[in-house]
Amino acid sequence: MLATLLALPTDITGGTYFGFGNFQIQSGNLIVIVVMLVLFVLALVLPFPGSGRSK
Amino acid sequence: MSKAAASMTWRKKDDIASRPWTGRKREYDLFKELTVGVIVMGLLTIGLAVGFGSPDESSVTLKAWAVAAPADFVATAAAELGGSSDTAGYGAPYNTTADASQTIGPIDLQSLSGVQIPINTAVDLVTAPLSVQSNPPSELAQWNNASPDQQAAWATAYSDALTAAYPPDTRAGEANFDATKVAAGDYGPVPALATGLLTMAQTGALDGAIQNEGGFFNLDYTKSILFLGDGTYFVGLADAAHLTGDQWGMMNETGNFPGQSWLWLFSFWYQVPGVGDASNADILVVGIMLVLTVLLAIVPFIPGLRTLPRWIPLHKLVWKDYYSKR
Amino acid sequence: MTTTLEPETANKAVAANAVVAPEELHTWTGKTRQWLIKVLPSDKLLPEGQPSYVASWIYVFGMGAIASLVYIIISGVILSLNGPAWYHVSAFGHFVNSTHLWSVELFFITMVVHLWGKYWMAAWRGGRVLTWITGVVSFAVSIVAAFTGYLLQTNFDSQWIAFEAKDALNAVGIGAWFNVANLGQIFMWHIVLLPLAVAVIVALHVVLIRVHGVVPPIDAGQTDAQLTETTGARTQGVAR
Repeated sequence: MLATLLALPTDITGGTYFGFGNFQIQSGNLIVIVVMLVLFVLALVLPFPGSGRSK
Repeated sequence: MSKAAASMTWRKKDDIASRPWTGRKREYDLFKELTVGVIVMGLLTIGLAVGFGSPDESSVTLKAWAVAAPADFVATAAAELGGSSDTAGYGAPYNTTADASQTIGPIDLQSLSGVQIPINTAVDLVTAPLSVQSNPPSELAQWNNASPDQQAAWATAYSDALTAAYPPDTRAGEANFDATKVAAGDYGPVPALATGLLTMAQTGALDGAIQNEGGFFNLDYTKSILFLGDGTYFVGLADAAHLTGDQWGMMNETGNFPGQSWLWLFSFWYQVPGVGDASNADILVVGIMLVLTVLLAIVPFIPGLRTLPRWIPLHKLVWKDYYSKR
Repeated sequence: MTTTLEPETANKAVAANAVVAPEELHTWTGKTRQWLIKVLPSDKLLPEGQPSYVASWIYVFGMGAIASLVYIIISGVILSLNGPAWYHVSAFGHFVNSTHLWSVELFFITMVVHLWGKYWMAAWRGGRVLTWITGVVSFAVSIVAAFTGYLLQTNFDSQWIAFEAKDALNAVGIGAWFNVANLGQIFMWHIVLLPLAVAVIVALHVVLIRVHGVVPPIDAGQTDAQLTETTGARTQGVAR
């Protein structure tokens, strides 16, 4: 337990980055942003259950 | 159906948007929707937590630093002694340093608070911890009895010699500190104090000594964090993890975990040459973001910006059912 | 005690614009009650229906954000009751920390999609500007709350974030009092002051939506079928 708290931080991983030049986006953030965009588009185009029916 | 376009103003007028809806309604159970929402979000939260977990990289202790990068530690300790570290020259709220503040023209907000969190790097980070040991180095007396000019001369000379022997760009990677690599010179007690601090740090005693300067229950980690940041090891770890300002670091997280993607615009300005690398970058970026946030809040008052939804009619998708049955 | 109409009857009387003399209330309390009932009668606060145009998936994201907030708070309470270093040494603690992280990500995902939707719907129309403003303020306050949360991780990330963030706060002169390296102070901000601020602003935001109703479609017309075929529809006002 003590070892966990005082362990040398060798577990700091850089992660996967996409991009070119100065613009680098991390994979996790890219997925989150893509999810936002996809949800937004889906929310606009997916049909909504007809009137009279509650969600 | 009239073709006259309704205004996009926020104002209450004599139009349909301003009046309570008197038209057709549909059954809509708010509490049921909220319940469904809570269940769905709960399943998503638990699923993501089980599937991906969360990052937790251990803190960097002064001990870890001293063991992993002793040359970097010694160089930083010497800089703290000599007052040449970033913290020593930071200005408010840690100390008084001329021209250290970030300003925009004549506006100097940084100095307004004065020195509210006083830090004397030579004492708080080096000599005070050394002196609480059961067997403090004898060189402490020599240091304490010297004049400030003499102290500065010793420390500067030693820092220069260290920079020559262990250049800042590479010293974090040096696994050992070899005092014999440093050129001989008139450094007074500085080498002994710096290496004495290294030994103290490597045993783990320095972490507690610095924190306990604020008492047993001290929860203020300012000194320890500033000390860490003055070295190149700690910053190097952040750099390797893409967390520094010029790497969009503000929105990043270690590994592949999503970070604070909503800070994308805040991070963006630190990538812009002229803004992000300016000496007053922080006050510039904070200022820009405050202005943009206020602008977002007052979009309804901004002609053009508030009319854009009409010209890019995504709303026709939202209300396609309504428009098709008019 | 004066004889007054039952609240429900009074509501209906007010709503139907019937010719009933409003009560003569003289106390601050009474006048406030009267105003509140006028502005937000109970059937407006908790309605059984919505206008027919509220029929799109875009409308679920506001509720989704509130639902996420429920889990942020539950997981946050468990984490704080066990102290900020607990989750490093407990497997269950680590799990709760994970739920806290992901409910926060879900919170921001739903809030951002909600913001995008409301912008393209120009939801501030018809006197709803305060709804928009409280929405933006809750966004900003949530960002600050999330930031203080990152400071409480008591790991490398919080050390680094504290080290970097101090510069922004010091540059604008508040770093002396808002010390990101002071765990005790940041704990107070993150688990008490900022959640309270978020809760209050979100509650205000939701109340405003109930008061004004969901914004009608852009260019909705008085001659639209949805407005002309209901019973008791009033043709109030003509100029558009």
